[in-house]
Amino acid sequence: MSVVLRSAIGRLKFGRDQSELALLYVACLIGALLVSMLLIEVNGSSWTRALNALVDGAFQNSGRWGETLRRTAPLLIVAVGSVVATKAGIINIGQEGQLLVGAMGGAFILTLVQSGNPLMLVLGITLGAAAGALWAGLAGTLWYWRRIPIVLSTLLLVYLASQMAAFTLTRGELLLNVVPGEPNRLLQSAAVASGSRLGIIEVFGNQFPLSVPFALAMALGFGWLLSRTTWGFRLKILGLNPRTAQRAGVSDVRYGMSAILVSGATAGMAGAMMLAGGESQYKFSSGFSSSVGWDGLLVALVARNSPLLAVPVAVVFAALRSGSTFLSVAGIEAVLVDVVRALLVVALFIPPAISDLRRKRRALTSLTERT
Amino acid sequence: MRGFLGNVLTDGPLYESTFRLAAVLAFAAVGEWVAERAGTINISVEAMLLGGHFGAAIAFTASPNFVLAIAVGGMVGMFVAALQAWLSHYLTADQFGIGLTLNILLLGLAAFLQPRFDLDTRLAGVMSIPLLSDIPMFGPALFGQRWPMYIIYVLVPLTWWLIMRTNWGLEVRAVGEDPQAADVSGIHVNSRRRLAILYAGLLSGIGGAVYLFGQVGRFESGNIGGKGIIAIAAVIFGGWTLRGAVTGCLLFGYVDALRLNLPTILGYSLNSQLLASLPFLATILVMLLFAKHSRQPVALARPFVRGLK
Repeated sequence: MSVVLRSAIGRLKFGRDQSELALLYVACLIGALLVSMLLIEVNGSSWTRALNALVDGAFQNSGRWGETLRRTAPLLIVAVGSVVATKAGIINIGQEGQLLVGAMGGAFILTLVQSGNPLMLVLGITLGAAAGALWAGLAGTLWYWRRIPIVLSTLLLVYLASQMAAFTLTRGELLLNVVPGEPNRLLQSAAVASGSRLGIIEVFGNQFPLSVPFALAMALGFGWLLSRTTWGFRLKILGLNPRTAQRAGVSDVRYGMSAILVSGATAGMAGAMMLAGGESQYKFSSGFSSSVGWDGLLVALVARNSPLLAVPVAVVFAALRSGSTFLSVAGIEAVLVDVVRALLVVALFIPPAISDLRRKRRALTSLTERT
Repeated sequence: MRGFLGNVLTDGPLYESTFRLAAVLAFAAVGEWVAERAGTINISVEAMLLGGHFGAAIAFTASPNFVLAIAVGGMVGMFVAALQAWLSHYLTADQFGIGLTLNILLLGLAAFLQPRFDLDTRLAGVMSIPLLSDIPMFGPALFGQRWPMYIIYVLVPLTWWLIMRTNWGLEVRAVGEDPQAADVSGIHVNSRRRLAILYAGLLSGIGGAVYLFGQVGRFESGNIGGKGIIAIAAVIFGGWTLRGAVTGCLLFGYVDALRLNLPTILGYSLNSQLLASLPFLATILVMLLFAKHSRQPVALARPFVRGLK
């Protein structure tokens, strides 16, 4: 643990490159915010109102930062899983589908078995993780068996997942909650049994489920696994250079599959935990994933594949989500948040790339000056 | 069963919608084929299609001129492509991350901005080509369409010529097969790749516009929903040949058309979720059968770094 922290701090030594990078980050973020402000103004509302609504919704109003934390958990878990896949050089971008399938798998136990036994909670989350792993494993199998690119198959499986989830909600014998004597207008499952819900922690009037400390533990745990174990080291070799990995006796199939299964399992687990942690009133519906999978992936990308950096990034993304619920009250379409988020992501992609380019240029000029 | 098969194979309207659905895919797939021959994969084709779709709708509302609106659509698609190209092949950001982000950005932008514009669009006129459109079965499908659809007939051979017969095309292919060798022989690898992506953006943008005027008539931000992804699948299905990619589009278009027409052909409706997932399911199954036989560009999806193999 302390080793992980020390190495994280060690990386923060400030040199010329780092200060330049910091400056670039600030500039790009300001740029993204300016564009967002412009968009809001063009659309006929005021950006100060939008900002106030966001801050109120994410932190300021009573009980809201608990809400932000609750939304952080699944984002962080998904992000940690995608870091594992990316480390191994596997581009899994179907977390959205894996998460939905995970939530669906979890729902089969959590909402259908109405017993007070807390074991059901463990079982439900395990089933969710297994379902997510299966969905990602399908893409992995297609790659190692028939060389269908994982990028493509994971994406296609997202669309299939949402149709499958919708299907389970059309049948009473599957997940649909049929209320006798009422037409089924709401296509959703029954609520999670009260005995199988995640425990709620309350701090200063802010409530958040147990999935929050769990997600934090996962980030730390996978940070350790990736940087300090043989498994993590081999994944890294595989990701950096498959040929070297092959020469070193690291099996492409075994380690690649393990990485994609882990990333699917975490996404599935995140879905099941969202359900058990109170997302949409503990009920499963076909739009349940609500882009958490995409966002989690973006968190991992923005955090540049460091599970520890993913923690603050996930909090920012979650704050945008919980803040957006207040936007529509202020008369601004909540979809604005999607735009702002995407702009932020683009802005956060740019600085490391520019700094990389400049470093190479400097090296090149110093080389030509010497000769 | 025999009647069903007969209908599935000879139904005129089925062929017509097959062609219409395939044409939209083909615009994106032909563009993406060029980009992939240069060694890049652009998930953002989806965003480029949507950009063209939205841009054309705005342009047509501003001044009702089909040609102008389609041109604007192409420009917007190219602008999205420029973002993708600049971020991933000038700067070195991850191309998949950028593609995904652009998809989210464009979808959000379209949904956010749509209420601001009082969009007013309509379908372009039908232009039947005499004689050819009288061919039984295929005639009306291939030659009795709304006129923007015919742009694809020009673009496919043009693209083939561009990539297979011009110097630039040779360089693009070289950059996709062996960027190191191309680099030593004086070809600017990333500049060729950026141009190839721009070309993909232009074609996808036009495709989005044609989809608007040739098929749906009204803008919805959910209209594109996965078409770009299927276009990428068509390129992979076609084994990175233009002929194969177009065949892939026709095949996926046929499945999509089947989805729309099956209820009327069969006389009863199938499960709607199953129908909606048919194109994606078919894409996976078809690739399962054929993908392994093809040879992909060697440097596909590998960023070029000088001196690093």
